[in-house]
Amino acid sequence: MMTATANVKTLKIDGRDFSAREDETILDVARENDIFIPRLCELEGLSTVGACRLCIVEVKGSNRLPASCVTRVEEGMEVTTTSERLQRYRKGIVELLFTERNHICSVCVSNGHCELQTMAQKLDITHIHYPYRFPQAPVDASHDRFVIDHNRCILCTRCVRVCEEIEGAHTWDVMGRGIDCQVITDLNQPWGSSDTCTGCGKCVQVCPTGALFEKGRSVAEMEKRRDFLPYLQLMRGEHE
Amino acid sequence: MTPEELEQIANDEREAQAGIPQKVKVCVAAGCLSCQSQAVKEALDKEVTRRGPVAHCKIKGVGCMGLCAEGPLVSTSDGTLYKRVAASDAVALLDGLEQGPVERLLCPTDVPFFQRQQKIVLENSGVIDPERIEEYIAASGYRALLHALTEMTPVEVIAEIVKSGLRGRGGAGYPTGLKWSTVSKAVGTQKYVICNADEGDPGAFMDRSVLESDPHRVLEGMLVAAYAVGASEGYIYVRAEYPLAIKRLKIAIRQAEKLGLLGSNICGTHFSFRVELRLGAGAFVCGEETALIASIEGKRGTPRPRPPYPAIEGLLGQPTLINNVETFANIPPIVRNGGDWYAAIGTEKSKGTKVFALAGRVQNTGLVEVPMGITLREMVFEIGGGIPEGRQFKAVQTGGPSGGCLPAECLDMPVDYESLARAGSIMGSGGMIVMDESSCMVDVAKYFMDFCMTESCGKCIPCRVGTYQMHRLLDTITKLHATPQDVALLEELCDLVKNTSLCGLGQSAPNPVLSTLRYFADEYKGHIERNRCVAGVCGKGTE
Repeated sequence: MMTATANVKTLKIDGRDFSAREDETILDVARENDIFIPRLCELEGLSTVGACRLCIVEVKGSNRLPASCVTRVEEGMEVTTTSERLQRYRKGIVELLFTERNHICSVCVSNGHCELQTMAQKLDITHIHYPYRFPQAPVDASHDRFVIDHNRCILCTRCVRVCEEIEGAHTWDVMGRGIDCQVITDLNQPWGSSDTCTGCGKCVQVCPTGALFEKGRSVAEMEKRRDFLPYLQLMRGEHE
Repeated sequence: MTPEELEQIANDEREAQAGIPQKVKVCVAAGCLSCQSQAVKEALDKEVTRRGPVAHCKIKGVGCMGLCAEGPLVSTSDGTLYKRVAASDAVALLDGLEQGPVERLLCPTDVPFFQRQQKIVLENSGVIDPERIEEYIAASGYRALLHALTEMTPVEVIAEIVKSGLRGRGGAGYPTGLKWSTVSKAVGTQKYVICNADEGDPGAFMDRSVLESDPHRVLEGMLVAAYAVGASEGYIYVRAEYPLAIKRLKIAIRQAEKLGLLGSNICGTHFSFRVELRLGAGAFVCGEETALIASIEGKRGTPRPRPPYPAIEGLLGQPTLINNVETFANIPPIVRNGGDWYAAIGTEKSKGTKVFALAGRVQNTGLVEVPMGITLREMVFEIGGGIPEGRQFKAVQTGGPSGGCLPAECLDMPVDYESLARAGSIMGSGGMIVMDESSCMVDVAKYFMDFCMTESCGKCIPCRVGTYQMHRLLDTITKLHATPQDVALLEELCDLVKNTSLCGLGQSAPNPVLSTLRYFADEYKGHIERNRCVAGVCGKGTE
């Protein structure tokens, strides 16, 4: 939100000059100016967690690669969003995601509408050179209208955030550690028996992959509708 | 409480102590307790009671004396140290007070293990009863707090810490004075001081020992810090696996509150400070400051990107000072003796002393405190007493799962933050594991990678999946099935995970692999090209 005292900073992104409010992130400025920075966990309208690490950028004078979704602009900052090194890391990260669970596009409800698939195409990933894990991940179809297929989950936690921040239900959360992490409903009960789920379906619509989908959709039929997010954000912003 | 009243308590205690001609101190810290020192203490107590007033002797439970390998340890007022004492030795020990030391239990104290140490943090460990505040006060305890409260401004306290050159003892070595100054200047309605006692490196027990042996020292350090930065509430985040440390901290907090050294209007000033304990539920990553804060807030213990740093936006969004146990334990002597005194110890950039938990293949395993700048060779061969059974030194691992393995070529390197970092390891919290030729360095790297993999919180992809993949590759190598391609993949993953992970756990997880690849490349080669593990550790049962 714009505050009365917000200062304006100027910075360079990919050699071009921009101005930004001091409370904006590098990603905010890039998005505003149609500079594409890859990302999977960030979604406009939700809080940022800096977890997928795809939106890392290079900042002149620093060896670190900050995540642009959580890094505020600074005066005189010189940001590079694409370089051979960044692309190599981004490719590596997306490849790791593909090896983690069972992402089989040809039988996925989200085939053709999947952010992970699109990201792989954008990053020119033609093959995965790390070995696949092929875990036995569960599918929970106990809900009347929705299904969660953990085989396709990338743990971006958008469902967790939208449920807590927008719907206010906090049905979703994460359990476990490391490679064993899994999103859960309530205290790891079947989704269909959840007391807190309002059945709003926001989690399904923000899910970047086919992990969360509506029942009755077949291969490639699940298209996500996210118009509600900027709309809700706008409406709530006006009232608060 | 005024300085005069504090002095009165100290004098009373010293007089009471002087009235007892003989004191027998039994170590009741975790190391010795695990080899039945409690039974030794009870047997001694019983024998003293049986002998009645003629014994002129008091049995006292004290904190860690350092040489944990030889426990249970018992010391007497004249400085005699006994090792491997059993309950059945009680009669002989008490007779020995009159008739001269018991030869068969004697532990020599004129050896480098004791002589080369310089104790600041551990000055009271093994000397005072950790469950009695009077003994701490008699050993100059809380004098630094009263001095700071009555004669120094917060700015002066911070200036003294800056002058001391003290750096964070938790691992990263951030200048403590700078951190304090940042928190003191940060704007917030409420500020917090947090003591990080979530010590989790394998083989490390420095903080545990300090908390079990001298808990008031940590409280005093926190109180001085709170006064300096303007905080009125504090937390000690201690792992639940340390029940004795928790018990003694609780006793210490209660005692300090009773004397008005903790609570509202401390010592009649406007300064108030409350401390609460928070128990960690067994996650290594909660030692990372932002994850620790999340855990205190009751959330899932996962780190968040920094900046903003906790000094600006920490617990509940307020400016928060987080320091490690050992850092706080250094504060009272710095305030008592001045920053210049502390800065005179150590090297140019690493001041003071550091406590190390010496473990693995050395004669004298235990807890030691040495001035910064001592060489690794002195640590391993003089203080540690060398490698047992005439074996060869192979490597020393410093810094736990975030650190690295240093070979014999590095033995003459001084132990300070910069030198260790240059060599590809880190100071870390003070774990030091010595290995001989019976350890396979690939297997060691795999052990630490397994640790990082299971302790990864799972939030960011490089750490969550990258550590899994690196562990899998190391596992293939130790099964002698790997190809040169696997090492190339391993190196690539090290680079990826190091540079793209969200927090320190992921960023440093490749260090054990990178350092062993750098110094022990031949061993990797042997596993791959000759299907052979020189240490004979790997490949068993897979032929």
